[in-house]
Order: sequence, then C-alpha cells, then structure tokens
Amino acid sequence: MMKWAPVLFGLLALGLWEATVRIGEVPVYLLPGPIAIVGAFIADPIGLLQALASTLFVTFAALFVAAVLGATMAIAMSASRLAQAAIQPWAVALQVTPLPAIAPLIIIWVGEPFVALVVCATIVAFFPLFANTSTGLASAPPELNDLFRLYGANRWRTMALLRLPAALPFFLSGLRISGGLALVGAVVAELVAGSGGFASGLAYRILESSFRLEMPRMFAALVLLALAGILINFGLGALGQIILKWRGGT
Amino acid sequence: MLSVTNVGRRFPGGVQALHDVSLSLRESDFVALLGPSGCGKSTLLRLIAGLDQPDSGRLEWNDGPPRSGDIGYVFQDATLLPWATAEDNVFLPLRLRGESRETAMPRVHAALLGVGLAGFEKARPRQLSGGMRMRVSIARALVTQPRLLLMDEPFAALDEFTRHKLQADLLDVWRQAGCTVVFVTHSVYEAAFLAHRIVLMTPRPGRIDREIASSLITGPDTRLDPAYAALVADVSRAMGEALR
Repeated sequence: MMKWAPVLFGLLALGLWEATVRIGEVPVYLLPGPIAIVGAFIADPIGLLQALASTLFVTFAALFVAAVLGATMAIAMSASRLAQAAIQPWAVALQVTPLPAIAPLIIIWVGEPFVALVVCATIVAFFPLFANTSTGLASAPPELNDLFRLYGANRWRTMALLRLPAALPFFLSGLRISGGLALVGAVVAELVAGSGGFASGLAYRILESSFRLEMPRMFAALVLLALAGILINFGLGALGQIILKWRGGT
Repeated sequence: MLSVTNVGRRFPGGVQALHDVSLSLRESDFVALLGPSGCGKSTLLRLIAGLDQPDSGRLEWNDGPPRSGDIGYVFQDATLLPWATAEDNVFLPLRLRGESRETAMPRVHAALLGVGLAGFEKARPRQLSGGMRMRVSIARALVTQPRLLLMDEPFAALDEFTRHKLQADLLDVWRQAGCTVVFVTHSVYEAAFLAHRIVLMTPRPGRIDREIASSLITGPDTRLDPAYAALVADVSRAMGEALR
C-alpha cells in the first residue's frame, strides 16, 4: 500500500484538477485540465520531444563541463594555498551572481547560441560540484594524512590514494545536485535568450506557447521538464550508488 | 635506540604541551606512557614519529634517522581506508614504499595471520567489528617490520572483553616481532598489564614525573595475580602523588 501511495495520491489530484476545471468551467487559456494537456502532447509529440532532447543536450553538456571544471578547480585549490586564495572568491562570486542578470551578456559575447546556453547552464551547475569536491578532498581524517606522511608519501601520491578516493562520494553527491541545476540553468538561459538563442529547446516552446495562449501545450512542456528533472535526479543518484558499490566502502 | 632529551613543545596560542621531557628507548622495550588527558602523551608520540617538531631539546636515533617503515603507528581509531579491503589496507605502507603487489602479498597475508585475521583478507572495514578493524590497523603497522611501534590509546574505544583479548594478542605479536613499543594509555590497568616500563606524565605543561619498572611476566592469569594487583596499586598511588 505504501509503495502505491504516491501514485494513488497523484491520480486523485489529477482527477480533482480535471473535475475542478470542468465543473468550474475554467477557461483553457487560464488553466487547462490534465486531459487537455495530454491532448496537446499527443497533437505534437515529436516536436515536444525534440525540444526536450535539445534542452537535455544543453543540460548534459553543461553538467559535463561543470563536473570537469569543478573537480579540476577543487583539486587545484586543495593542492595549493595560492590557487585556493586565487580561485575561491571568484567561485563564490560566480555562485551569488543571478544567471538572468548575466545571461544576456554571455549570449552577446559568446555569439554561438548552443555554446552560450551551455556556458549559462555551466555557471549554475558549477558550484555544488566545486564545493562538494573541495569538501571531499579535505574529508580524510588527519590521522590518515599523518600515516601517509609517516610512510613518506608525497603530495600527489596522497592525492591519488587518499584524497581523491575520499572525495568521490562528495563529488557524486554534487553531481546529483548539479544535474537538476544544469537543467534549471539551461531553461533559464533559453528563456533569457528567447528567439536569439537556440530556438529549439523546451523553454523556447513554453515562451512560444504563452505568446500564442496555447496553455495546454505550455503545460505539456512544463510536465516534460518536471519529468526530465526527476529522471536526472534519480538517474544520477542511481549512478552514484552503482559507482560507490563497485568501488566498495561508503 | 632513541634518546629524547629535554624536549619541549609549545603550540600556537601559547599552550605548553611538553616541558623538558627526557626519555630513552631501548631495543625491544615495551613502554607505557601513562597520564590523564591533555598531559602531552600523544604530542610526545607525534614528536617521536617525526610528525611534529620540538621547540626545544632534541631526539637522537642511535642508528641514524628512521627510514620509511621503521616506525609503525596505530591510532585511537583504526583509521582504515573505508573503500579498501583489509588486504589493501595492510598493503598500503608497502605500496607507498613502491613495492609491487605481487612481492608484498605474502607479507601482507602473514601480517593478517599474525593478528588472527586469516580469512578476512577481502573484507572491507564496514564488514568488520571494531576489534577486527583495530587488528587490521595493527597488521598495517607491523607489515613493514618496524623497529619502533607507536600506539596512541588504540584500545580506548573498545569494549572491555575485546580490549583484554587484544591486549593479550598484542603481547604475543610484540614477542614475535621483537620491536620496541611505546603505548599511550590513560588506564593504569592497561599500562600495568602490558608494559615493562611505565612512564607517568603530568599535565600542563606535560612532563615526565617518574618511571616505574615492572617485572611482571604476563600470561593468561595475570589479571588474577596478586603481583599484578600490587603493581596496579603502586602505579595508582604514584599517579595520585604526581597529580597532587
């Protein structure tokens, strides 16, 4: 019963939603019912799924770049106090700068729409990966660091055999958080870019539908985005579990 | 083996952890550093290991400075790599010395056998009990056949039954290995059971108050031996005087 509780609750909520808009005769341009939303998806499944693929392409490209950049900068920072002093303030500055405020500049400077969107989404996805990996690299107990010193391990050997393995669970946890943020970043960047951007992602379809008052199609795109976010979160969580189980330990 | 002469250590912030500490370690000694928390026992151990440097005084090794593997260290927690098997944890010091897995494995397995963990080579730390994890930690410290084994309250976090078993097993391992052991503890009973030389330390600043020699030959019934009870009483009395 517990297992099916979320599904039953969801179906009940959808039934209530449909009943409310029908009984209340709510105009479809204000709030379409679930059946109208499904109908909008069935009317153009390929168009919406292509838009989803386009947004996911930006999302995963940004996640990849954020993972490489975040891990590399965290390693550099943990290996050198000078690098830490140089990098940390800029990383924090990047985190606290609202993306909508800088996205127009990035889109103008970068020029190429796809690259611009990836840059914007990377900025949003970068910080959790960077912060988590930094925390993980410093997470090994001081006694183990002492043990490595006692046996004459140099800085890079300690990094390879102690600090990087200790950081792996933190990095994977950051990857899961950043997966969702990369999607948010991709959508925000698409919204800011509007017709000047990639002009093919789900956010652009949402804008387009709102301009045309095609609310069921707009909601269908929103549902696809929510589902994609859930799948990214669960997928990256499962990937983390598999990697840690394969590696052994926690 | 090692002479510690007039060593002092002051930490940033002004805390004088050790003051004018002198101690001589001989081959095959079993020395207990006994004292309350904060008396500088662990600091002295770290200085001997070379993990910290004294502000005054000197440490002199009779046969030249120790090489990698000459000193084994067992911490209060087992401090194993959680992702590595027992075998890989014990292999670690040899790996850091650049030895290949193939050549090292016979010694790794012998070290695990020596601490009673044959058959647990592939177990990961989370699959082992607290006592077994500590045995892996001891095997890791012994695998390089160190001349000096430093142990920092290694059994403090274990239950009494496990502690008694590990104390007896440690003495067996020490007799076989023949290395010098410096064992930090705040338990009078543990110090009296294990060591031939019990060095009493007093806190703030940490200094050596006196040394008590033990001629007890430890065996299965030692804890019931009146000589052991008398030694515990002597050490307790001396500790009480030192802390007065």
